[in-house]
Amino acid sequence: MARYLLSRIGQSLFLLLIVSIIGFALLHLTPGGPLSQFALTPGMTAADLHRIAHEMGLDQPLPIQYLVWLWHLLQGDWGRSYRDQEPVLAIIGEHLPATLELMASSTILAVIIGTWVGVLSAMRRYSVADYLATIGAMVALSIPTFWFGLVVIYIFSVSLEWLPSGGIATIGNGSVLDLARHLILPCVVLALVTVATWSRYMRSATLDVAAQDYVRTARAKGLRPGQILRQHILRNAMLPMITLAGLQLPTLLGGALVAETVFTWPGMGRLFLDSLGYRDYPVVMGLLMVSAILTLIGNLAADILYVVFDPRVRLA
Amino acid sequence: MSALLDVEDLAVRFRSDSGEVTALEGVSFSVAAGETLAIVGESSSGKSVSALAIMRLLPPAPACRVTGRIRFQGRDGPISLLDLPERAMVAVRGGEIAMIFQEPMTSLNPVHMIGRQIAEAVLAHEGGGKTAALRRAIELLDLVGIPDAARRAESYPHQLSGGMRQRAMIAMALASRPKLLIADEPTTALDVTVQAQILDLLRRLQAETGLAIIFITHNLGVVAEIADRTLVMYSGQVVEEAPTASLLAAPLMPYTRGLLNSVPRLEAALRPGQRLPAIAGNVPDPRHRPAACTFQPRCDWAQPDICGVTRPGMERVAEAHLVRCARWREIAV
Repeated sequence: MARYLLSRIGQSLFLLLIVSIIGFALLHLTPGGPLSQFALTPGMTAADLHRIAHEMGLDQPLPIQYLVWLWHLLQGDWGRSYRDQEPVLAIIGEHLPATLELMASSTILAVIIGTWVGVLSAMRRYSVADYLATIGAMVALSIPTFWFGLVVIYIFSVSLEWLPSGGIATIGNGSVLDLARHLILPCVVLALVTVATWSRYMRSATLDVAAQDYVRTARAKGLRPGQILRQHILRNAMLPMITLAGLQLPTLLGGALVAETVFTWPGMGRLFLDSLGYRDYPVVMGLLMVSAILTLIGNLAADILYVVFDPRVRLA
Repeated sequence: MSALLDVEDLAVRFRSDSGEVTALEGVSFSVAAGETLAIVGESSSGKSVSALAIMRLLPPAPACRVTGRIRFQGRDGPISLLDLPERAMVAVRGGEIAMIFQEPMTSLNPVHMIGRQIAEAVLAHEGGGKTAALRRAIELLDLVGIPDAARRAESYPHQLSGGMRQRAMIAMALASRPKLLIADEPTTALDVTVQAQILDLLRRLQAETGLAIIFITHNLGVVAEIADRTLVMYSGQVVEEAPTASLLAAPLMPYTRGLLNSVPRLEAALRPGQRLPAIAGNVPDPRHRPAACTFQPRCDWAQPDICGVTRPGMERVAEAHLVRCARWREIAV
């Protein structure tokens, strides 16, 4: 187990290196640059711009810039934002909890509803409920997140005035109820795609397990249908779902980016978009690395959980 | 002695895209308490479907229709299994009639410990607490000859050998002292030496508990070892039924004879180039069964003007010997 973990961590570090190289290269390939912010300042001369570029190290060849960034990163220095000179890690630290709150709540919501819908579809295969679930999932997968976000804002905030249209809390009101009211819409919007995917996978996993010999054995020994579902079908059908949960993490992060933007949610997604607009290289790179680390940790956790739940699998 | 299980005119029809398929028709037989009845036949002859019909484990109504009568001498008096509500049937399954299957690897849940899977059956029928059920599971594992049962109870199925897994299945089946055990090819997937051990175990358990066994197999060697009576099935029907000794000594149905002839024998070793006798042709497709005798197209004795016209019924040849063949009198001579 310890050896396995070490080798997985080694692999992850290598992957992070690759991600950082590709991310860094892509970022510098995009047109415009941090200097375009200053170029609009009145009274700015070419010589001034050149001096700023030199101070920021932007006149160095790209590989050198990358190595400098990497060298600092390895020493724990994630750099400072071009915008306000705040340390990158502090900025991300401010925005991370909001994103985690959104992602965790929407994942819990999606897993509960998705599992339930998937199992129901499988147990009542070819029923009206099953067809509705199938159509619902197709619709949910086809709806763009930003559009769905705007629609729910129009309905629940603008027309019905039930829920706030954005933000994480009303200023000056930190009550749990207020937080929850702000969370509902973005959480539902972000959960939609996950519910659709999760319920489809859950349906096929349940059908697959329900046809296994050991389920017939469970019936033959006189267990009640509810017991068979819980102890024998669900327990085994959840195994492939653990892997799916790990694989879905990047999709979820991407969805969070869109949902946070629509709902002005002060999380990493919106920070990413804002920083990208300013060509705030250190912050964008920092966010990229944090997302990559979260994804790798998620997948590693999924693999370890798999071993916990499936006695046949041993890590080596 | 009145029968423990009495199956009368059992028929099973499956709905398929191309219409209804008759998997089983006119199947009647009975099993006495403490007796072993073997059901023999090729694949798709209807052996397993008969077993699943008794356990009511076939798919529910529109997909599959089961007709006929199955009477069982339950603990609280006679019951008619096909008329029983599903709730009551749950108590019969595993409680009064238990079943074990061909593939002990896939028949055990891979993610639960053996002891727990047996304890589940104990809890379902005997009640009591989890600890007591687990203790009983260990006793049962011990009873079926698993060494170091307490430790083995904490093994997962993949950690046991095939023979041990089948023993665990048998332990599970015995959880609430059933009166009838249906064993669907329980030794087919096992090595020959392990096969013999499992047969010994079943015989010993039968002697100790008075269990009746329906033993489904295609292996006539196994039949000779274990069965008091034997039922031969072909293409969804019973074609011959007799005490095992007389069936093996003097089979009347040409199909039974064919089966016996195609068993490889040590004392009649084949010369090089000589082929093992086999029954020509295949079991007819259940959707296109001959209207007359279903075995007639493959039968050496077939006479088109008799066998190709009407389907023979079961005829009583001797007290306990029944056969479905128009020409059994000529064959018997």
